[in-house]
Amino acid sequence: MNSFYQFQFYLFSLLAIVSALLFVTRRNPVPAALWLVNVMFALSGLYVMLDAPFVGIIQVLVYAGAIMVVFVFVVMLLNLGRTELTDLRALGARLGAGIVGIALIANLLVILRDPLPRTGLAPAVENVVAPFATSLFTDYLLAFELTSIVLLVAIIGSVLLAKKRVRA
Amino acid sequence: MIAEALVVSAILFTIGVVGVLTRRNALIIFMCVELMLNAVNLSFVAFAKMHGVEGHVFVIMVMTIAAAEAAVGLAIVISMFRHFRSVDLSQLRLLRD
Repeated sequence: MNSFYQFQFYLFSLLAIVSALLFVTRRNPVPAALWLVNVMFALSGLYVMLDAPFVGIIQVLVYAGAIMVVFVFVVMLLNLGRTELTDLRALGARLGAGIVGIALIANLLVILRDPLPRTGLAPAVENVVAPFATSLFTDYLLAFELTSIVLLVAIIGSVLLAKKRVRA
Repeated sequence: MIAEALVVSAILFTIGVVGVLTRRNALIIFMCVELMLNAVNLSFVAFAKMHGVEGHVFVIMVMTIAAAEAAVGLAIVISMFRHFRSVDLSQLRLLRD
């Protein structure tokens, strides 16, 4: 681990966290969506640095390129780009959310007091797609095929839900 | 770097949870759910560096389900907007007409 790698890792981490904070504090859905795209790009950089360049590419293609475009498209379709006065919940709910957030982050970070085993690092490989594809199409073939059914059901369901109902 | 990635993942997940709990706009809540899925994906990728390539397979599965969830969820948002002329979840009290 050279220091340039560490610097870049911290840079992408900081970018992801700052973008996420800016995302969650925006009132208007369109800037929120664009900050979320920024989070996705930073995460894809982190994936590349964690020896998963294929996942990084898929992250940019699927999340930033497809899912977020659908979100922005729905905002445009429903003309929701106007800034509402506020859409925060009542004060009690906000305090509860703050407590839940602090408890959750404390819970998640307390695990890191135990040091992770440093010995079992999988070696970085040159060809990144082949071992991944071997695993996906042999050990996890059933799950892979089942996701196609999930996608088909999602297509039918979303068309049924979003179509205009004709009054009989 | 794995521990640092897990810390980032925990922070992003918490930001997503707090967003879901504090906002009323259905679209923002959906985007916060996507942020939480992304945080989990980051920890999967970090653990894949220790335990081999299966973590990447899980990430692809999560992304597929996230795409399906976004499609169905946004269809529900469109249908809800047609009915109530709003995406404010506090106005959504009835499951019938």
